[in-house]
Amino acid sequence: MRLVAESLAGARGGEVLFSGLSFAVASGEALVITGPNGSGKSTLLRIIAGLLEKADGGIKLENSASGFDSLTSACHYLGHLNGMKPVLSVEENLRFWQSFNGPGDYSLVEALERVQLGDIGHLPFGYLSTGQKRRASIARLLVSERPVWLLDEPTAGLDKASEEQFAELMREHLAKDGIVIAATHLPLGLDGAQELVMGGE
Amino acid sequence: MSETVSRTGRWVDLANPTKFLNFAGAVLPWLGVVTVLVLLAGLWMTVQAPDDYQQGSTVKIMFIHVPFAWLSMMCYTIMSLSALGTLVWRHPLADVSAKAAAPIGAAFTALALITGSLWGRPMWGTWWVWDARLTSVFVLFLMYLGIIALTRAMDDPAKSARATAILTLVGFINIPIIKFSVDWWNTLHQPASVFRMGGPTIDPSLLWPLLIMAVGFTLLFFTLHMMAMRNEIWRRRVVAMRRIAARSAERRGTR
Amino acid sequence: MLALFLRDIRLGLRAGGGVLVGILFFLAVIAVVPFGVGPDLKLLARIGAAMLWIGALLATLLGLDRLFQADRDDGSLDILIMASERHMLAVTVLIKCLAHWTTSVLPLVIASPLLGLFMNMEPAAIGATTLTLLVGTPAITLIGAVGAAVAVALPRGGLLVSVIILPLTIPVLIFGVSAAYGAVEDPAPFIAPFLILTAITLFFAVIGPFAAAAALKSSAD
Repeated sequence: MRLVAESLAGARGGEVLFSGLSFAVASGEALVITGPNGSGKSTLLRIIAGLLEKADGGIKLENSASGFDSLTSACHYLGHLNGMKPVLSVEENLRFWQSFNGPGDYSLVEALERVQLGDIGHLPFGYLSTGQKRRASIARLLVSERPVWLLDEPTAGLDKASEEQFAELMREHLAKDGIVIAATHLPLGLDGAQELVMGGE
Repeated sequence: MSETVSRTGRWVDLANPTKFLNFAGAVLPWLGVVTVLVLLAGLWMTVQAPDDYQQGSTVKIMFIHVPFAWLSMMCYTIMSLSALGTLVWRHPLADVSAKAAAPIGAAFTALALITGSLWGRPMWGTWWVWDARLTSVFVLFLMYLGIIALTRAMDDPAKSARATAILTLVGFINIPIIKFSVDWWNTLHQPASVFRMGGPTIDPSLLWPLLIMAVGFTLLFFTLHMMAMRNEIWRRRVVAMRRIAARSAERRGTR
Repeated sequence: MLALFLRDIRLGLRAGGGVLVGILFFLAVIAVVPFGVGPDLKLLARIGAAMLWIGALLATLLGLDRLFQADRDDGSLDILIMASERHMLAVTVLIKCLAHWTTSVLPLVIASPLLGLFMNMEPAAIGATTLTLLVGTPAITLIGAVGAAVAVALPRGGLLVSVIILPLTIPVLIFGVSAAYGAVEDPAPFIAPFLILTAITLFFAVIGPFAAAAALKSSAD
């Protein structure tokens, strides 16, 4: 499995943010996108996720795993927003996403254990602190299977210990031949990741 | 002198939600028993009461309709007093009292409207007319529902308490309108016959069962109100404990 | 898909008494009518069906703007759109509309016979109006979904959604009211307008979700 982008261009609000961008990420590899604000990191991720139209170029997933025919259907997208309802409990939220997006390697209980939310899964999502909310939405990546993880500032709001646990989860995902593409300002603790610096010129 | 002080002391004690819970736990069983006894006595007297020579047995609807209508107004008055308690004295239980009373008041108002409608059908030949008394009670019902919607729309009880209190006080204008609507306007609804200047115009054989029923339903209201307040306090404690649980889990997680 | 339906029902019931506000609005609109036209019972009985329909129409529009915006505000909408290969987006929209109808419009339909009594309507007229509301209001929700999807990116789209949708709902209102009158007034037919009303609902059950899905896809930014 390989995610390949060729001379990709992205625009937002009529303004071209980047163009001629090419990269290839193979199974088990990570790509860390860095760059100043407004350089188009989030736009690139949303183009890969299929949420935005690309301005030019091409992007595709080669030799994709069975069941994930198109690029969009193979992606998990973790944006700035958590995609959780504050009035529902953490478990209710995750159970909904699991049955909507299909099962994954982790059961609901295991996923909550992995993000250290095992004993507060019954609480309404709205009661959680910022870091706990972020961890709950990381658990969403675990309960449904997707080979490609698209992460936009995934560690925003996480403390040091949680960051380390999240890095561990990403390494595990890579070891299972997954792909991680993350836009971030902070080091994620991924050794041997490719780095893509945007807006440098 | 010292007795007054100790008495105020006791009432201040009740302002503490925990004290209130203990007080309610001790009082509620007795209150419930008395309520049931008075209501049973009232019902028995109602059955014994003579039929009206004009209205026949339909007059007996009066024995529940009038208490419901009277309670619908008393409940709103209690809510207005609670609203004053929230705004002026910032009493911790006032908001609980107002919030607990609203659904009960709405239920009694709905029952007053329904029983009135059932009574009106054989008497006036229609379920509903838009005369001053009926309309103003219907407006009261709408206000109850509005207050309930407002209390439920906000998560934070501290914030919703003041907003609800202000709305309740503004709506109190309606209560005298309801009371005097039958005197001010020429309505199909009959004028007051119990609480009026110059004594009741109603026959004692009907008055006594009516009064007993009114007392019984008033007791029922206080029983329900106290139970609802207790539930509301418990509900708030559950919310607070859940928030604490979320925070303490965080502390364990980091260590 | 059942999971989405159940989630939206749960949200509708739990989030801040939205159901109650809809019914309250309906009650208030109907209560205002006698003040406007006077408490003449004959007149009220004659205009009752129309007033119930207008009240229900306005109450249905209330809250429609949040249909997709709530999901957009917390990021759920992105994930729903991304899953469009597993679950066709139009079906997702249809399910969301059904859940919205069940939690916020069905209570209005259930409350309408009671309001019919306030309008001094005959039992036959009340039954006919309730039946037409039951059949016709889903069309309003489905048309509304298009408006809600178009305006989803606007921060204060609430009023705009209503303004966009109202002209489109006029056919629903025409046939709903004429069917309700057809049931009680002798020369007017009941079956014909009622069947047209049903057809409108079925038509928009197909067109509405597809149009809304297309609008949602292009709204993502």
